[in-house]
Order: sequence, then C-alpha cells, then structure tokens
Amino acid sequence: MALHNLTLTQISKGLEAGDFTSVEITQHFLNRINQFDQGENGINSFITVTQEQALADAKAADERRAAGNATAWTGVPFAHKDIFCTDGTLTTCGSKMLSNFVPPYDATVVENMKREGAVCLGKTNLDEFAMGSSNESSFYGAVKNPWNLETIPGGSSGGSAAAVAARLVPAATGTDTGGSIRQPSALCGLTGLKPTYGRCSRWGMIAYASSLDQAGPMARTAEDAAMMLNVMASFDTKDSTSIDQDVPDYTATLNDDLAGKVIGLPKEFFPESLDGEMKQTMMNAIAEFEKLGCTVKEISLPSTDLAIPAYYVVAPAECSANLSRMDGVRFGYRCNDPKDVEDLYKRSRGEGFGDEVKRRIMIGTYALSTGFYDAYYVKAQQIRRLIKNDFVKAFNEVDFIMGPVTPSPAFKAGEKSGDPVEMYMEDKFTLSCNLAGLPGMSIPAGLINGLPVGLQIMGNYWSEAAMLNAAHKFQQVTDFHQLEPQGI
Amino acid sequence: MALDRSDVTNIADLARLAIAEDNIGQYQEELSSILALVEQMNAVNTDGVQPLAHPTDAVQRLRADAVTEENHREKYMANAPAQENGLFLVPKVVE
Repeated sequence: MALHNLTLTQISKGLEAGDFTSVEITQHFLNRINQFDQGENGINSFITVTQEQALADAKAADERRAAGNATAWTGVPFAHKDIFCTDGTLTTCGSKMLSNFVPPYDATVVENMKREGAVCLGKTNLDEFAMGSSNESSFYGAVKNPWNLETIPGGSSGGSAAAVAARLVPAATGTDTGGSIRQPSALCGLTGLKPTYGRCSRWGMIAYASSLDQAGPMARTAEDAAMMLNVMASFDTKDSTSIDQDVPDYTATLNDDLAGKVIGLPKEFFPESLDGEMKQTMMNAIAEFEKLGCTVKEISLPSTDLAIPAYYVVAPAECSANLSRMDGVRFGYRCNDPKDVEDLYKRSRGEGFGDEVKRRIMIGTYALSTGFYDAYYVKAQQIRRLIKNDFVKAFNEVDFIMGPVTPSPAFKAGEKSGDPVEMYMEDKFTLSCNLAGLPGMSIPAGLINGLPVGLQIMGNYWSEAAMLNAAHKFQQVTDFHQLEPQGI
Repeated sequence: MALDRSDVTNIADLARLAIAEDNIGQYQEELSSILALVEQMNAVNTDGVQPLAHPTDAVQRLRADAVTEENHREKYMANAPAQENGLFLVPKVVE
C-alpha cells in the first residue's frame, strides 16, 4: 500500500516495525503537499509548510526511536490548524491581521504533540479567525474540497479537512466553536471529534469565542482520532476553564460491545424539510448500529431551533472582546502613517480584518453595548441553559444522540458567500453541542451525489471514549471511511 | 431591530473599526438581518432561568500568588510593528 494511504495507527505500527523511517514518510507527505496543494489548481489547504523543521524533527524522531524512547506518536506526521500558536513559526489564523505574527510560545496542544515526538508538516488554512463554514473567508485564499474542486471543504477547519481527505497528511488538529471540526469532517469524509468543553487546553489557541472554543482531532478513522485525542487532551493550569479530569486511553475501549446501548434520534434533527436522501443515508447508518445491538428511541430536544440565534449573540459578543487585542500596537498588522492613536486603531483593524470578522465584531459590540446587554447576551446565556437542560434530560434515557451533521453535502464555492444568514444555517445541527459544552463527532456515512456526508454522534459530558468506541465498531462493519476522492 | 446608518457608524466607532462610507449601506443591511435572526430568541420566555456561563458550571481555580512566567521581553518585542528603546511606539497621545 502507498505510504499516504496508511492510517495514523498503521504509520505508528510501521515505524515501530521498522518498515520505513520517519524521515522517509515525512518526505513522502511533503512531496504530496508540493504536488497537490500549490498552484492554481492546488487544494490550498496549507498556509505554511514547515519542510525543514519537519525533516529535522523526523530525523530526531528516528534517533529517539533508535535510542528506545519512542511513543506511539514518535515520528508520525500530522499538521496543525493555523490557529494554534507555534513558537518561532508564523501563525496567521487566516487573517491579514496576523500575516506577520511569529508566536513567542507554543500552545499546550502543540507542546503535547511535540513531547511525543510527532512531526508537524505545517499549518493548515482556515476561515479568518475560525469564523465561517466554507473556508472562503481566509485571507490566504479559499480551500478546495478534494472530492470536487468546485465545492467548499467546509469550515472553519477546512484546510485540515481537505489536507487529510487528499492524504497530504494522515491527520490534523482542528478547533470547533460552532461546528468547525464536525462540518468540514462531514463534507470531506473524515472522522472528527469535538471533545467536551475543558477537555483540551485552549492555551495558545487563538481565541474566537472562549466559552465555546474546543480543540479536537480530525483523522480518517475513529481509531486514529482516539490515538490523537490521547495526546491532545490534558488538564492545564494555564487555561482557567480546563477541567482536572483524568485522560483515559481512548484506544483501550474501542472494541467494547455496543449491545444494549440506546441511541436517541431527536425529531428536531429530522425535520420535514430535511432532504430525503440525507434522511435515508442517516437511517441506513443508524440501522448498522441496530445490527450491532443498539436500540433506537425517538426523543425531543425542543430548544434546538434557538441554537442559531443564541450562538450568533454569544460568539460575536465574545469575539468582539477577544479580538480587541489586535490594535496594531504590540503585534500584528499596522496601518501606514497613522495620524493619531484613534486612527492607528481604527485603520489597522479596518484594513487588517476581513468582512465576516468585521460583521461579527460589530454584532458583538452592539449586543454588549449599554442598554442591550440583558436583552442579548444574558438572554442568549439563558437559552444556553435551556439547551443544556434538554440534553441533560435526554441523556437520562439514551447513551448517544445521532442525526445529520449538515443539511446537505458540500455546496459550490461562492454559492452562499453573499448572504451571511444563509451561511449561518449551515451550522443548524452542530451549534447546540457547543452551547451545551457537550462532545460531538462526525463519522463518514456515505455519499450523496458523489460527495461525502457525516453522521453526527453526540454523547454525554466526558463520554468521548464511548463515542469513539461506537464509531470504531461502526467502522469495523462499514467502509464509508475508506472511500477516497479520485484523482489525488 | 433594523439599524440605521448612524447606528452602524456608532457601532463601528465603538469597535474601533474604520469602515468605508460606501460600505455603510451594506453593513446596515447585513447587520439588520443578523439581528432579525438573533431576535428569534424573544419567542421564548426565559424568566427566572439561570444564565449559563460555563457548560459544566466549573468555578475559577485559585493558585498561589507566585511568579510563574519568566521574562521574555526581547522575544515579545520582536513582534512589535514599531518600537524604540525597547518600548512600543504609538502616535503622540498627549499634546
């Protein structure tokens, strides 16, 4: 089998068996990035490729293995979403604002991967400051979906998704504030997991909406996602919302029996308006879980429709505060010839931020301004409570909740970029997980019109191991996760 | 709530964002449609509902009041768009 078709787990085993070295496999993936990612018809999934550093890290990993100190990750190539700060390596967050920003420190997730000796090949493209569902808002150009270059890969972790789908890397990190791991994973045919809020440290992950942001793995199989979460997850005193909870070995329980598990199907995730083919694809996937011994139960999450309005208050409000640090003074883009401090702030921000970021900052500024705080932010936080209560009640009766990740497969580039509200509807099935802080994942569930779609699995707080177990068992009896885009 | 042009300029001013005169109309339209979406929240009564700030209702941890960060002044200053004598440079603030 060609090296790029190996999964993370297979690469880890291959390195251990001495089938190839880290330098060999790292060079192989770097060659593919050079071949398929760049130029006019390239996928554009990377903003920065750290070729020299990667080869040096691969060499060090091979030496570490020779010295007998290797772990499962030592010498295994992967990529980071360009939202994670990397000491000494450009970190742009997809924005002109940070087009010259070289972080003086590593994010905790970056540090965790480094400690294991994993080899980072570069930084992947994303919607500017992770705000978007199509990867069209990046200052570094749109990312193409390897399944069909005319369609979008989803967002905001669209670069990570496209790179893994095109097998330019075996896995990549992502972040998910309203669906940014699950939606691109669904549209590119990957297995992606957004963990419980507080599972992975947010330290050094450039903040969009701090009460929702969470990092997670994007890979080709549940087994690979488990291997990745094992290292990404940690308790971190530098993140005040990190939770001090043991990190289990997520790979240890992948083969547990699913018999007797109850799957809840919320009627709000299967509305009348849901595309018939999407509904059928979901029901076919759920039937596989029944064959594995699960039972299915119809449930209701009545506050689901309030997730979009609540999210578009909470996220913009928090982003308007978080992005106020970009002022052209200490780092980042600065306008030419400011005439006074006010002009420096306004023009640096006006020129440095793109349209969608400006829109969200303005909505957030408005929602937080004097006289409006209670009507918008407090109201939205109350609705979060209602959404959470729906889930708490549901998880008294079921082990998992399942439904579609997106209303449809990937749409054509440019199709929704003219209308922000229409674009926001893309996230209608993913937002409630973030508002409640629950873990959610997307697994490949088949193709519609030749494009992949994802089944969403939601679990109770801290049930990542059980979710990965369910996904892995599903992937043992189905081959949707093995489907590949043609021509790459 | 539909915003008028002066609302848009006021919000942009509060957010310290320079926006071109020509774009105000477009922002007015887009922000108004986002606010219309957001106001669907008003359809539900939330009287007495405790706002949710942290999904698992965690509380802030305390730590010993001890120095944990080393001095990385030069590394931090390397990203400064303009500096002099190790200080960030901004346009004159006090006349």
